Amino acid sequence: MTANPWVRPYVLTGGRTRTRHRLYVHTLVGVERYDPVAAARLSPEARRLYERAAVGPQSVAELSAHCGVSLGVTRVLLEDLSAAGQVQINDDAESAPYDHRLLKRVIDGLREFA
Amino acid sequence: MAFASSPDRLAPTLTSAKIVVAGGFGVGKTTLVGRVSEIPPVNTEAWMTQASRTVDPLADTDEKTTTTVAMDFGRLRLSHDLILYLFGTPGQPRFWPMWDDLCRGASSALVLVDTRRLDVSFPAVNYFENDSDVPFVVAVNLFDGARTHPLDQVRDALGVAESVPLITVDARDRRSAVRALVASLRNTLEKTSPVTAR
Repeated sequence: MTANPWVRPYVLTGGRTRTRHRLYVHTLVGVERYDPVAAARLSPEARRLYERAAVGPQSVAELSAHCGVSLGVTRVLLEDLSAAGQVQINDDAESAPYDHRLLKRVIDGLREFA
Repeated sequence: MAFASSPDRLAPTLTSAKIVVAGGFGVGKTTLVGRVSEIPPVNTEAWMTQASRTVDPLADTDEKTTTTVAMDFGRLRLSHDLILYLFGTPGQPRFWPMWDDLCRGASSALVLVDTRRLDVSFPAVNYFENDSDVPFVVAVNLFDGARTHPLDQVRDALGVAESVPLITVDARDRRSAVRALVASLRNTLEKTSPVTAR
């Protein structure tokens, strides 16, 4: 599944294993301004994630799945892209998942959907 | 898609929430996710490994780095500024590190059970009783459209506390699936204090 099975995951992340931010699997990531020059300089994995996120905001899990990059590596690479200002990470996902305003909005949305 | 002009943050009005759908193998998790999701459920092999595992000097742990696990999720755009993600948990207990990851930040959990094979969902019930803070409800999946056992009996057999809501669902039916998800969120509303973040 991972595009490059011959490389151990941490090679793709320059040996780093942790991220500063907690990126949930459902945390949204998007690209505000796509920069093809910057894209060309990225590693193949980072570039796939960057280009995919440029299509529209989507979750860490979607990016990982669609790009064939493992979750752990995806998190590290997204953090790098975020630090470089190339992707924007939605901090809202880190807000309390039990926030009653959020819960009610989801309930209302689901009822409308059904 | 409109983005905020601030450099570091994605359109602040766009929010995501997550519900975890758990239960043993074959209880209808993928079916339920698929009925509600607007995209075909993504069923992909994700390396469960954190990259940290690979730098562990113990050779034994290297094997874990090649462990793959099916990641099963769907997505539903509820409004212009709100996306709901549904994540199915991988069945086997050996994937519990993945469960922790999937459950972190979840608003609620729905544990599906099949009354013909209650035991396959025991680990999921145990997990949410003991190892997770995410409020959960147990939903009996009515495979044949009819309830085969009184819910009281199911509750006794599962040994779940009265405080855990026990409901029925037909995972094949979209409206029923949505009702079950709503029930899980209402349970969270009841079990948590109305703190507003930030």
